[in-house]
Amino acid sequence: MWNWEYAFKILPEILTALKITVSATFVAFAVALVVGLMLTLARRSNFKPLSLFAGGFVGFVRSTPLLVQLYFIFYVLPEYGLSLTPFVAGVIGLGLHYSTYLAEVYRGGIESIPPGQWEAAKALNFSTLNTWKKIILPQSIPPVIPVMGNYLITMFKETPILSAITLVEIMQTAKMLGSHSFRYLEAFTIVGVLFLVLSYSSSLMVRRLEVRLNLR
Amino acid sequence: MWFDILPSFWEGTKITIELTLFSAVIAFFLAFAAGFGRLSKFRAVRLLAATYVEIFRGTSLFVQLFWIYFALPLFGIMLPKMVAGVLALSLNAGAYGSEIVRSTIISVPKGQTEAAIALNMTPWQRTRLVILPQALVMMLPAFGNLIIELLKGTALVSLITLSDLTFVATVLNSSIMRPTEIFSVLLIIYFVISLPFTKGIQWIEHRLSAGRY
Repeated sequence: MWNWEYAFKILPEILTALKITVSATFVAFAVALVVGLMLTLARRSNFKPLSLFAGGFVGFVRSTPLLVQLYFIFYVLPEYGLSLTPFVAGVIGLGLHYSTYLAEVYRGGIESIPPGQWEAAKALNFSTLNTWKKIILPQSIPPVIPVMGNYLITMFKETPILSAITLVEIMQTAKMLGSHSFRYLEAFTIVGVLFLVLSYSSSLMVRRLEVRLNLR
Repeated sequence: MWFDILPSFWEGTKITIELTLFSAVIAFFLAFAAGFGRLSKFRAVRLLAATYVEIFRGTSLFVQLFWIYFALPLFGIMLPKMVAGVLALSLNAGAYGSEIVRSTIISVPKGQTEAAIALNMTPWQRTRLVILPQALVMMLPAFGNLIIELLKGTALVSLITLSDLTFVATVLNSSIMRPTEIFSVLLIIYFVISLPFTKGIQWIEHRLSAGRY
């Protein structure tokens, strides 16, 4: 059954792979933040084709599996001469998938701005760009930061899927260790416990952040 | 080419839908058990339910599925692929669902409970006749979204070689090497399966908001 000696032997290798997992999470989150904002703005656009496209994109991406989207990026794009490394394909896939969720978060923040703010900006002759940059976004983003934090944690937990397109992150390392020794128990349990500890402690941090933001 | 691949896609689709429905039913019961468990007056029950929820929300479905399929056999528990898949999917969705149950029950105004107490209802009558009918309606859209997440999650069972839609597609791709067609069709099939749920949620949300403003 459980073998402590073996568990301690493989622990360093799993911890090294954690670096790839964490960097993939943050790069993908950055992609999601940028694309998510663009999707929200595109959906609000007066130019009908653009808003329809953004709405359709969000609906389609949200109702199809991330795994299949990753396969699509990793296996279909090379057909058209665009070969991506597993890391790049992975962060694009994960980032695009969660950008559709973050688009909803931005939307919630923007819609909570009282109409008076828009009217005041118009009365003060602000340009559209300045209205967004100086009035709307600075007020709509801080309240939704905890929600974004929760999505960061969700994305962190989802990174094992990237092992399906051969990215050697923590889960792929565990799989390889397991297939070498025919012992999956220790490797997979360590991975599970690592994810649990890291995601649970960061969700407690987000909860504290939420309380502090509410106090202000 | 299409004549050759469509029948196998159909077989995969059936497995995917079966997985989604079985897991949804089990997850629904788990969600209620854990959701009510977290509101129980017994500390032990609350702790047990919270542990279940935090463990399955703190790791991803992927890790849970692999753990159940590859690590459990070392304890002498060997599960068939389908059972492992349904178990992982329903335990995972049940944990998320319990949060839906818990939060909607809390959101029923306190006056409702107080009125039911004043009318001398038993705790069971209170829950069944006053709290649940109001909470269930609020749960519907969230449960609809959960089913879509569940459907998307079923794609992961292809990685433990259960022959669902995604597995069929990857096998076909390695034999006929037409990724563009195969993966586009695959994405579209998932989108089509999810459509009734997306439309259903929109309809319910529309009905619920009618007359509220």
